[in-house]
Amino acid sequence: MPKLTIDGEIVEVPPGSTVLQACEAAGREIPVFCFHPRLNIAGNCRMCLVEVEKMPKPQASCALPAADGMVVHTDSPTVHRARKGVLELLLINHPLDCPICDQGGECDLQDLTLFYGPDKSRFKENKRPVADKYLGPLISTHMTRCIHCTRCIRFLNEIAGVEELGAVHRGEHMEITSWVEAALTSELQGNIIDLCPVGALNSKPYEYRARTWELKKTESVDVLDAVGSSIRIDSRGNEVMRILPRLHEEVNEEWLADKSRFAYDGLKKRRLDVPMLRKAGRLEPVDWKTVLAAVADRVRATDPSRIAFLVGDQVDCETMVLVKELAERLGTPHVECRQDGSPLGIRPRAQYLFNTTIAGIEQADVCLLVGTNPRWEAPLVNARIRKRWRRGGFTVGRIGVPFDLTYPVHDLGAGPATLEEVAHGWHSFAEKLAAAERPMLILGMGAIARPDGAAVLGLAHRLAESVRLLRPGWNGFNLLHTAAARVGGLELGLVPGPGGRDLAGILAGIERGEIELVFSIGVEEVDPKRLEKAFVVHLGTHGDRTAPIASAILPGAAYTEKNATWVNLEGRPQRGRLAVFPPGEAKEDWRILRALSEAVGRTVPLDTPAQVRARMAELAPQLGELDRIRPAEWGSFGRAGPVDPAPFRSPIEDYWRTCPISRASAVMAECSALAAARAREATGTHG
Amino acid sequence: MSAAPGAKKPYGAMAPDVDRFAFTPENLEEAKRILARYPPGRQASAVLPLLHLAQAQHGGWLPKAALDYVAEFLGMAKIRVYEVASFYDMFNIEPVGRVQVRVCTTTPCWLCGSDAVLKAAREVLGCEPGESSPDGRFYLREFECLGACANAPVLWIDDDFYEDLTYERAKAVLEAVVRGERPEPGPQSGRKGSMPAGGKTTLLEVGE
Amino acid sequence: MLHDRDRIFTNLYGERPWNLEAARRRGDWDGTKEIILKGRDWLVKEMKESGLRGRGGAGFPTGLKWSFMPKQADGPVYLVVNADESEPGTCKDREIIRNEPHKLIEGCLLAGAAMGCTAGYIYIRGEFVREAQILQAAIEEAYAAGLIGKNACGSGYDFELYLHRGAGAYICGEETGLLESLEGKKGQPRLKPPFPAAVGLYGRPTTVNNVETIAVVPTIYRRGAAWFAGLGRPNNTGTKIFCISGHVNHPCTVEEEMGIPLKTLLEKHAGGVRGGWDNLLAVIPGGSSVPLIPKEICDSVRMDFDSLREVQSGLGTAGVIVMDRSTDIVKAIARLSKFYMHESCGQCTPCREGTGWLWRMMERMAKGEAEPAEIDQLLDVTKEIEGHTICALGDAAAWPVQGLIRHFRGELERRIRERKLVVKRAA
Repeated sequence: MPKLTIDGEIVEVPPGSTVLQACEAAGREIPVFCFHPRLNIAGNCRMCLVEVEKMPKPQASCALPAADGMVVHTDSPTVHRARKGVLELLLINHPLDCPICDQGGECDLQDLTLFYGPDKSRFKENKRPVADKYLGPLISTHMTRCIHCTRCIRFLNEIAGVEELGAVHRGEHMEITSWVEAALTSELQGNIIDLCPVGALNSKPYEYRARTWELKKTESVDVLDAVGSSIRIDSRGNEVMRILPRLHEEVNEEWLADKSRFAYDGLKKRRLDVPMLRKAGRLEPVDWKTVLAAVADRVRATDPSRIAFLVGDQVDCETMVLVKELAERLGTPHVECRQDGSPLGIRPRAQYLFNTTIAGIEQADVCLLVGTNPRWEAPLVNARIRKRWRRGGFTVGRIGVPFDLTYPVHDLGAGPATLEEVAHGWHSFAEKLAAAERPMLILGMGAIARPDGAAVLGLAHRLAESVRLLRPGWNGFNLLHTAAARVGGLELGLVPGPGGRDLAGILAGIERGEIELVFSIGVEEVDPKRLEKAFVVHLGTHGDRTAPIASAILPGAAYTEKNATWVNLEGRPQRGRLAVFPPGEAKEDWRILRALSEAVGRTVPLDTPAQVRARMAELAPQLGELDRIRPAEWGSFGRAGPVDPAPFRSPIEDYWRTCPISRASAVMAECSALAAARAREATGTHG
Repeated sequence: MSAAPGAKKPYGAMAPDVDRFAFTPENLEEAKRILARYPPGRQASAVLPLLHLAQAQHGGWLPKAALDYVAEFLGMAKIRVYEVASFYDMFNIEPVGRVQVRVCTTTPCWLCGSDAVLKAAREVLGCEPGESSPDGRFYLREFECLGACANAPVLWIDDDFYEDLTYERAKAVLEAVVRGERPEPGPQSGRKGSMPAGGKTTLLEVGE
Repeated sequence: MLHDRDRIFTNLYGERPWNLEAARRRGDWDGTKEIILKGRDWLVKEMKESGLRGRGGAGFPTGLKWSFMPKQADGPVYLVVNADESEPGTCKDREIIRNEPHKLIEGCLLAGAAMGCTAGYIYIRGEFVREAQILQAAIEEAYAAGLIGKNACGSGYDFELYLHRGAGAYICGEETGLLESLEGKKGQPRLKPPFPAAVGLYGRPTTVNNVETIAVVPTIYRRGAAWFAGLGRPNNTGTKIFCISGHVNHPCTVEEEMGIPLKTLLEKHAGGVRGGWDNLLAVIPGGSSVPLIPKEICDSVRMDFDSLREVQSGLGTAGVIVMDRSTDIVKAIARLSKFYMHESCGQCTPCREGTGWLWRMMERMAKGEAEPAEIDQLLDVTKEIEGHTICALGDAAAWPVQGLIRHFRGELERRIRERKLVVKRAA
């Protein structure tokens, strides 16, 4: 371990550390612009210069390997002069438009200038004009502010794996651009806004809407996919102004996928903000009392065997506890949280979890993707896989429809037949998995949310056994969910009880008139035509797919509007926090169900969030502790049976529009239209 | 424009922008020969030679289609090829005249009269540095040091250096080029290479 | 004074053909096999003993540089020859390439053998179109004659040699910028460490040498390190090609002994300063990157690394730019500032932002449109650039301006004063 003297203090740092890290270990703050711990070192801003004895020039500490015996000064006149010089040079062509700049208040250049910079300008020449660039609907540019740190370029090249930004021309004419004025295509592009140390790259939807210091910051979790990224919701008054990632090393690191970041305008559109009842074929606003009474009447008039509960993709665990309690009290066994019709059972737990964990991907050496497009289904899981691939010594195979995942993938085949070959050890990739130290399988919903899903799940189980995906200290079996609610639903056992109907059974029952009353708890991904024969009570947030066929509407709260629990695909319980209040008369979902139970006369005796959560922990002890993953037991699951030769297809065709919020978002609509146009161009004129 | 009426016009007007670009069969062969100079997996190394080839083929400038073609040919991201094409001074990424006329104006040439050479070029070609001549045949530029300082000032026309220029000599060379001729390149003063004009002071036993 | 018999480049002016046959008559490719067979250790030791210092500008001892290459390497090891000659005032490599290409090629083979290189790339600036054609033809001649390639010269050593053309970027003369460019990227210099000897071309051990450095190698081996070391002065040995441009009667390139007095160099070979020695204003002695020296220093300074360093300038590439009393010295240096602005790669802050600022201030200084205090500000900005950049281009941009202020501050002040008078009279 190299020992260095930093400003007179001796520190020992791990081999391979940089001088910058050594300085930080010694408690010295080194100002930086281009340096970012998750990106390759560029060393171009020169802000981190320090003095190292016996070296003739100041050294960029971010790029200098720490060596034993180095004597470093971070507080000498030379260092101060260097910093001041770099800041002066950065500022000469930087506009002084801080008062109108979105970055104002959270700008590295502003902050460091305050501490280290010159106090007045000596620059008498004209500032450099730079044309702004079009990068698509998500990112706006103010390129005169750019300080050419190249973090954005490096992020897209390295982390996102999409080489679309570059620095063209040279010298003082160097410009960051996509060159052809084309929108960026990466689903992680929003992160370059956070990475930009100045106000050159801004959030287009947020542009000029607020000043950072007037925002209320609420730490929460995202529900637009099943990753459960940590987020910060910035709100002003009762409006969500923007959503940013929050550091969670084990989940999203410091990144956020674009849908999770930019779909928030969908929270303000098409909202169900008043209870409604269908009268003479039309939904009409009513008050809560009326709607609850009408629904209660309907419940009482219906035989419990003819009532079903369907639970959607973004429903929180508290609400699901109430669903379970209410269904039990009503005496209906027809409870179903698997909105996509997948055959996942609740025991053993390992069958429905991402057991390797997201961070665990970094330990794997071979990965087989089955029926999944992780880039669309869980962009940050895909980013982890790419991160692992970049380190080398990692092979990825795929059974499913080819798609560019930003890293090389061996395509083994498209459908169950190939999975069968691998599971039976007839395929060479099986040997690869078996020979690997830490092999992993990622099974997508595209493989099992189909009529032969149970058999495919059985094959996956067989594969797991035959190549030994489970080893001491390692579980390489992973299910990749797309719905934020699903793992919570399975953990709480929201599947049909004895004699209960599953999704197909419920839908068939509706068709045959055997199911008359359906509670749609945020259900939006079931074909509404198959529900409309029933009396549908829809507890939801948006006038999306189900509301138009609903008979009663109970307006609920979106994820930004409640304190509630979600369990991510790893089985990690996390708490979302209320940032703004539900619109209009909408209410927290669990309270609505609680009120309904009372109206029906079957009161669920849970009156406070604490009571609901206590019950939750009884139903599923593993949910008792936030942010902790309980390893899942292994066992048999799936079943043997014939499989359909049809290729596995990802459930997500259009990344940008997958849920009521994103479908209501104008920003997502624009992204979706752009992606569609690109796809047409790719398959059309350029064949 | 100073082209005499009825003069031979070997160079056509400015090459147009195109939607598609592909190497000619001869250039394709040459491109493959170039590619063989670099180790497997390092074909990006050939980007400069291939852009030279593409630019020569397309009449002195690189349309976007040519950049895309080279990117695909080498398996590079397009933006990387755009970066390269915009970085190096010899590549033109906007339409310019087919014949490239560059006047070196860096200090050694400037000390020896590059202002006069530039004046001659302006007059003969009828355009300013950074512009193409009105008929689109010539593209005039000021260029940085060409590395022939002992023969300053220097004019670089397509592949050839014209050296030891004065206003008159530069004018004579350029007028010939406009007529479609290619005057003998090298020192226009009659001396051999970078030998002292007053006669050799070294290597006295060498020579014809 | 150097005798003709001690001159290495006997076809410097291209009086005889460049081809293999003529080159052999000049003594090239003579006993090359035997030299290779003396082995790596001998080759490196002999080079160290010759005292040869790199001819590209920095003057780093060549033998020492070669000794940094790993003794054992699994896989390719590269020699890269820097033929991106672009330093204003410098035109020596061009003469070697077009008139003595076989000295360069043979030098590549011997340097390659000394370092155990598997292949060499010669990176020639794109503007040298005709020179590249000659060099390519010479390489093909050498291949056809079995001098390079598999079993080069029958020595049992395999060495491939390729020519690579640049496309117009001074920064590619910086060795790591050159490597980036050779890999198909923008020529933006790399952070060091790691140095090329550890991580160079394609991540492999690499040595980058200048054309002139490599081209003198065969003669040094043939005539012996002692012969070379006996020329010039201690620590500044051998011969050197000087490029004399600007206000002399007979601009030329000439091979002379290291340490020749500047005045002798100019008067003997370049016909003297235009209008006589007393008409001399200043000389930039080593290519545009080194600070100028005024006549008083020119009177007595010797042309070698150490002598010029003592007068706060440098030998650099030995591109001698002569300026007589008619020269607008501020404009001459301002034009260099423009050069550095134009050639800055744009990667790091001080150079990208600072070179443009320097040039704009210099343009104003040339016209006197400044305040006297801005002279110190100008100097201060050069200090903000100098030593703070990734590569030496920042220093190279700073030094000419520093040299101007050091020796011609009075001239800058005079222009500002006179300009103020003109403005005052007009008002």
